[in-house]
Amino acid sequence: MSLLELEHLNYTYPGASAPALRDVTLAIEPGEFCILAGLSASGKSTLLRAACGLVPHFHGGEFAGRVRVAGLDTREHGPAEIGALAGTVFQDPETQVVMGTVRAELALGLENLGRSPAAVARAIEEVALALGLSALLERSTHELSGGELQRVALAAALAPRPRLVLLDEPTSQLDPVAGDELIWLLRRLNQEWDTAVLLIEHRLERCLAAADRVVVLEQGALVNDSDPATFLRWAGEACGPLQTPAARMFAGLGIEPAPVGVRQARATLRARGLLDARADERPTAEPDPEPERVGGARARRALRRRSATGSSAAPALRMRGVWHELRDGPAILRGVDLALAPGERIALMGRNGAGKSTLLRHAAGLLAPTRGEVERGGRVALLLQNPGDYLVHERVAEEAGAAALARAHLLELGARNPRDLSGGERQRLALAIVSDSEQPPAVLALDEPTRGMDRGAKDELAQWLEGLREEGSAVIVATHDVEFAAAFAERVVLLADGRVIADAAAREVLCGGWYFTTETARILDGAAQALVPRDGQALLRTRMRPRAAAAVRAPRAGSARDAQPEVLR
Amino acid sequence: MSALVVYRRRASPLHAARASISALYCVALSAAALIAAHPLVLAGLLAGVLLAGAACGVGRQMLRTLRTVGLPILLLTVLVNVLVSRDGLTVFARLGYFGPLGQVNLTLEALAYGLLVGVRLVIVLLAGVLASASVDPDEMLRSLRRVYPGSALAATVATRLVPVLARDAQRMAEAQRCRADAETGAAGKRERLGIVRAVVAGSLDRSLDVAATLEVRGYGSGARPPRLARPLSRHDIHFALAALATLALALGTRAGDFASFQVYPLLRLPLGAAAVLAALALPALALAPFLDRQGIAP
Repeated sequence: MSLLELEHLNYTYPGASAPALRDVTLAIEPGEFCILAGLSASGKSTLLRAACGLVPHFHGGEFAGRVRVAGLDTREHGPAEIGALAGTVFQDPETQVVMGTVRAELALGLENLGRSPAAVARAIEEVALALGLSALLERSTHELSGGELQRVALAAALAPRPRLVLLDEPTSQLDPVAGDELIWLLRRLNQEWDTAVLLIEHRLERCLAAADRVVVLEQGALVNDSDPATFLRWAGEACGPLQTPAARMFAGLGIEPAPVGVRQARATLRARGLLDARADERPTAEPDPEPERVGGARARRALRRRSATGSSAAPALRMRGVWHELRDGPAILRGVDLALAPGERIALMGRNGAGKSTLLRHAAGLLAPTRGEVERGGRVALLLQNPGDYLVHERVAEEAGAAALARAHLLELGARNPRDLSGGERQRLALAIVSDSEQPPAVLALDEPTRGMDRGAKDELAQWLEGLREEGSAVIVATHDVEFAAAFAERVVLLADGRVIADAAAREVLCGGWYFTTETARILDGAAQALVPRDGQALLRTRMRPRAAAAVRAPRAGSARDAQPEVLR
Repeated sequence: MSALVVYRRRASPLHAARASISALYCVALSAAALIAAHPLVLAGLLAGVLLAGAACGVGRQMLRTLRTVGLPILLLTVLVNVLVSRDGLTVFARLGYFGPLGQVNLTLEALAYGLLVGVRLVIVLLAGVLASASVDPDEMLRSLRRVYPGSALAATVATRLVPVLARDAQRMAEAQRCRADAETGAAGKRERLGIVRAVVAGSLDRSLDVAATLEVRGYGSGARPPRLARPLSRHDIHFALAALATLALALGTRAGDFASFQVYPLLRLPLGAAAVLAALALPALALAPFLDRQGIAP
């Protein structure tokens, strides 16, 4: 018997004009690790809600077809009964933690299943150890950061050891280390305990290697259901934004098959003799194949010159020895020194709780340092994590001026209610709101702007930011998305425990590491500081050229040899 | 969030006691305020509540609540009573004829009664703050869930929703400060109203999210959490005794010499030894269980 069965599922939310799910038929077997992929608003979260029984019991709407979880029909059994078999984690960790302390949160699901106190205590200890939550067990949930809340929500779902785990972008708020660890923990649960996993994830490069199967939704309909390798072949032909960086790199070079993960990519390259670095390889940064990097590097060098000479030319932002110490609590920032040149683009990275959001709040003046100083070359516009927080009016036109709306391509939506906009439109509107002034901001700071975005939306955001750079605004983005950081930033600042532990060109910081590095860099082992697929392609082409030339020379030599006897004759 | 008093496990005897006993202690302080009538006794009780707050590490929050909420309530109560009460005899100001209020004479008795009611409300408020800060809501809800599962669900959604909405409001306020056209003064007030409207409008969605989480965690399955067998700790015993003694003393002040205290029609305030002793005994009783600080670390 399948653990999860969907039969001709059609579902329309109350008041919606179009169905969110169209004739979806799907079966997940025990022990399968299945990724649910698709662009934004393709119906992935709705499918997950149908699988845990919230659709239709909680949301209402028109429901046709059948959903069975371990044989229980969700039309007859509510989410509470389904919850005994399936652990569910949704996108927003804030509303998924319902108790006051982490320990009570982890105990809730177990107690609802009627487990004995000893079994509850043991399960809490084990899941806390597995997810690195032991130190947080007695903490109040309202004190936790977004990433910590996400881990607690996950632990609460996993603690009862459900047979099926339903996860909606569980790594969206996690740093690369915690994200990778989570995927491998899921894989371990899956392999050792036969737990089936249905995982929604935009960053497929993170989880594809662990998956048995990929299901793709498009406008509510199932358009692909295959193993990861077949999925990548399909994505290459039908849906480019779903391709992983490695697959894009291989596709650009005409190498097949598209690799499912770093290990397979390296094996393919090794077999072709393309993995070993040549002695004359140079970093791909100079000259840079992406023209936008050149100006940024110049700007950074200019800033360093200015800093070195003590020139009076003001940077867009300068922090000198900034500390943020909580009363009766820890220090969140510990003597941070940071300078941004006009037009510079910086990615701010680090583990959950490293102090990234706090640093951005200091940059924007929302917080005052307990020690040190912040010098601003003009207005610092800050886009916080949730763009919806900026939207307090009834019409889009009331939120920002016409010029700002036009820049965000939202002028034609002026009469709409901001709450009715799509996620991407909301973010553009929030960006229009914070940058709506005659003078462009000296610095635009963004906190985790790519959370929940597909690659198309990320590219769109990167283009928008590029436009701001041309106006002279420096841009600093706090992000866990290494691929976005590599594509967008010319410089990366790495924070750890409130301190800057690395501050250098993106190619230097993001190459050669284990976690804070891109898939391309992992595959190529940081060679030539190639970070993005285009860099990787350029590098591999240089490695392929001598082989191609040798291949061309070899037949010529052969011809000569063949011809020689004729001459001799 | 800074204005919101939330539970955090601290190194105090009250936090070390089980939630039901901590709640009993706070309820006893509130009930004593409602039972006692003598101003001196109420003053002692007010001191007791404030000292208990300080002893369990939430004195600062209690003083902030007293300043921002308690004193306005006290002033409002006094003002309303002085303006509308007709029962006092000792007039200290004649304000003349005021439309629907008619002839307004301000009396000493109305002022005293308003003060008494106001102080009672302030004590109840501060005892509530003490309970919010020191009673583990998870433990309380767990106990409630064993008895009234439906009510516990509503209480859990409500208790979780308060900090969620407070965070929403805080984030929105921060976001409004980040707007390029961030306003001050009257326009700033309009923005604040916008935030309140947005938070209220979003509260239904937020409560649905929280309720959905509870559903998928099996909250509606009807299973009762197992009973936790826990022996009474020294702090449980101390606070239970203090609560009972406080209630008994408050009931005692309704009899004897205390009973001769009256406000209307003419203020009579006997300040005998019993009243003074009771006024001193109440803060002592409130503070006594805090003296034993063994085994209080979180």
